[in-house]
Amino acid sequence: MSTTLLVSIISTAVVYAVTVLYAAIGEIFAERAGVMNLGLEGIMLMGAVSGYLVAVHRQNLALAMLTVVIVGAALGLVFAFLTVSLQSDQTVAGMAMLTFGTGLSGFIGKGVSGVNANLAFNPIAIPGLSRIPVIGPSLFNQSILVYVMYLIVPLSMIYLYKTRAGMILRALGENPAALDSAGYNVYALRYAYVIFGSVMTAVSGACISLDYTNFWSDGMTSGKGWIAVALVVFAAWNPLIAVFGGLLFGAISIIGIDIQMYFPQVPSQFFSALPYVATIIALIFTTGNFRKRRSSAPAALTIPYDRESR
Amino acid sequence: MSSPIIEMRQITKTFGPVTANSGVNLEIYPGEIHALLGENGAGKSTLMNVLTGTYAPDGGEIYYKGKRADIRTPKDAVALGIGMVHQHFRLIPTLTVAENVFLNSGSKRFFLKKDKIEREINECAKKFNLAVDASAYVWQLSVGEQQRVEIVKLLYQGAEILILDEPSAVLTPQEAQHMFDTLRKMADDGKAVIVISHKMNEVMNNADRITVMKNGMVGDTMLAKDATVNRLTEAVVGVTAGTQKRSLDRAPGKDIIFAMEAVSAQNDRNLPALRGISFYIRKGEIFGIAGVAGNGQRELAEVIAGLRPVSGGQIRMHGKDITKTSVKERINAGISFIPEDRMTTGLIPELDMKQNLILKHFNTEKYSRRGVLLQEQMQKDAEAYTEAYEIKHAGVSYPVGLMSGGNQQKLLFAREVAGDPELIVAAYPVRGLDIGAAEAIRSILMEQSWKGAAVVFISEELEEIFTLCDRVGVLCDGELMGIREIGQTDIMEIGRLMTGETGTGSSEPAADGKGGDS
Repeated sequence: MSTTLLVSIISTAVVYAVTVLYAAIGEIFAERAGVMNLGLEGIMLMGAVSGYLVAVHRQNLALAMLTVVIVGAALGLVFAFLTVSLQSDQTVAGMAMLTFGTGLSGFIGKGVSGVNANLAFNPIAIPGLSRIPVIGPSLFNQSILVYVMYLIVPLSMIYLYKTRAGMILRALGENPAALDSAGYNVYALRYAYVIFGSVMTAVSGACISLDYTNFWSDGMTSGKGWIAVALVVFAAWNPLIAVFGGLLFGAISIIGIDIQMYFPQVPSQFFSALPYVATIIALIFTTGNFRKRRSSAPAALTIPYDRESR
Repeated sequence: MSSPIIEMRQITKTFGPVTANSGVNLEIYPGEIHALLGENGAGKSTLMNVLTGTYAPDGGEIYYKGKRADIRTPKDAVALGIGMVHQHFRLIPTLTVAENVFLNSGSKRFFLKKDKIEREINECAKKFNLAVDASAYVWQLSVGEQQRVEIVKLLYQGAEILILDEPSAVLTPQEAQHMFDTLRKMADDGKAVIVISHKMNEVMNNADRITVMKNGMVGDTMLAKDATVNRLTEAVVGVTAGTQKRSLDRAPGKDIIFAMEAVSAQNDRNLPALRGISFYIRKGEIFGIAGVAGNGQRELAEVIAGLRPVSGGQIRMHGKDITKTSVKERINAGISFIPEDRMTTGLIPELDMKQNLILKHFNTEKYSRRGVLLQEQMQKDAEAYTEAYEIKHAGVSYPVGLMSGGNQQKLLFAREVAGDPELIVAAYPVRGLDIGAAEAIRSILMEQSWKGAAVVFISEELEEIFTLCDRVGVLCDGELMGIREIGQTDIMEIGRLMTGETGTGSSEPAADGKGGDS
């Protein structure tokens, strides 16, 4: 295999991984808090379209990202209100987010569908590091969104396992009643993490429309929100394992595209479907009865907290 | 006596139409062990949940050291030094003991310093003679150890008023005594200790003062040294409760109905839960299974009912091997099962009474024709059952989830003893029931045994086993420690067997892998 092909595979796998990792790590935090959001795909689309709209009309990436964050936070607030305050069924609320986000993004994105923004996150080569053979051009000649993810991964691990706040988060999804009787505000904490997860998911969408593919079309996330949901389970709610999962999915999807030319007789859809097949296989082997130990899912996941319930 | 540290005045709390507390007054003094005694549903836990800020009262006031205290949330209660060990522990199984304690300490440190916390916990635990391993994960601990962690948690957070909700319910008699010794130490240290209990002997022996609650109100408050069984019983139930005695003039039959030989099985975590269990039951015999909950009782009941496969050994009914038969075949062979969680395994809460009653027979010709249920027949039978078993209900078409626990259990029994089964497996059948319903359930079992049914009676209450059973087997860590004729043993011997005879009793089998955090 030539070095260029290798670099192309690794660097595309990294970008692919990063686009789903924002959503996956955000969702890991939300699910650790006990709230499952199956509407990631919808939020991702809203993030993608709002960022692209601002990019087209204002030609300002910083403003575009700020809009993405605000949109993500607003959707997160709605979802938290539904699931934490109103204690509605999280699966149903997630489906509502999905259809709402998909529909609204298609509607407000009509004007920019197929329009070239002439604005995207361009690769920035890191002096020195980018000169390392293979690793340099594939890992250190990337956009700022990728570099931020390089920071988020270790920070999220430290936060989750080494800080008091992270310990509280781990407890939140296991036994909220224990936190409540210790004087913590379960509702406020859940709101915060649901909103955080939603913001991260919206950023995932922006990664796609402003970096990975750099255009907008209706439903363009094409299931990456679902891959993020699957990644959370696959990673057993651990951000570091999610990184490996993301890279694995990324590698499978890019290799699928690259080997298409060697097998012209096989329909291209077969190769495009590989990441989703990998998702299903990964889920089968990481969940259920295949692992002969207790599931690592947070015990209180999807269970609304009600202090006075008996 | 010094002035009270806590005064609750005219506390009222309702849940919808149910009044759990009505005008309750309670004074708690520092340095005392104060027992709250009463039946299930008397309002003891509700009152304490009001004190800890978990429930917002509908009326009444709380005074702390003579000053009006506004306790709206658990945080307010923690700030006043009020802490509670709930019946269902508020621990996070995937965190270590130290992390659980730290979570409750109110510390604002950003990073965790586990060594320091662990050292402090060990010091605190030593002072009050509470053995805990600060670095262990909570899911690895036995129930007794988890309870000690809960107590350490409160002490570490600086609690001056400690509330324990039925602390001895999950302990062996020996462990319970050790726990009360610890509580006494804390009271001597100037702390106020409140113990919720429904065991009279226990509160008479260990408390300084006793407050009896009944129907959400305070029935009587007395010094423990002035308390007598009669006075307490009168306050708890209103009348002197008579417990039925097993009729001794009628020996069980000779035919062996059911037998297990060297049966082993695993629990849901694939750890050994039953290790070589062997026993037999004769016709008309009530065979008690004693032991602290979680020592294999659930698995034993499920193995007999056919819900859990065995990993070794043989099960025989009338001498015929039924080890590999399905649940349905066992039902047809005359095995009835009263599971411990009647609302999830025994009944379907959303369905009404007549549907629940025919769950095992809906397919028979009596109740269905060409796939259509015969509503009239169901209605008629349901009404007959409610009359025969004195089930109180709002209508046979009302979801059973809205009925009281006692009536649900009577309903479940009505279904399970219909057609006079040959073997009844009853797991904790009177747990959580009031005295009246518990009596009714015991009479049903007794009546069935007179009719010739063999009964496996699983219970934690030794007194109950001694009044009801002919023989008793003691489970500890999945092993049958011994089988005794009721007439030839006493509660202390059974208590010793429950601890596994070695006297430690609280050891946990080795961990099955890494912590649950990965």
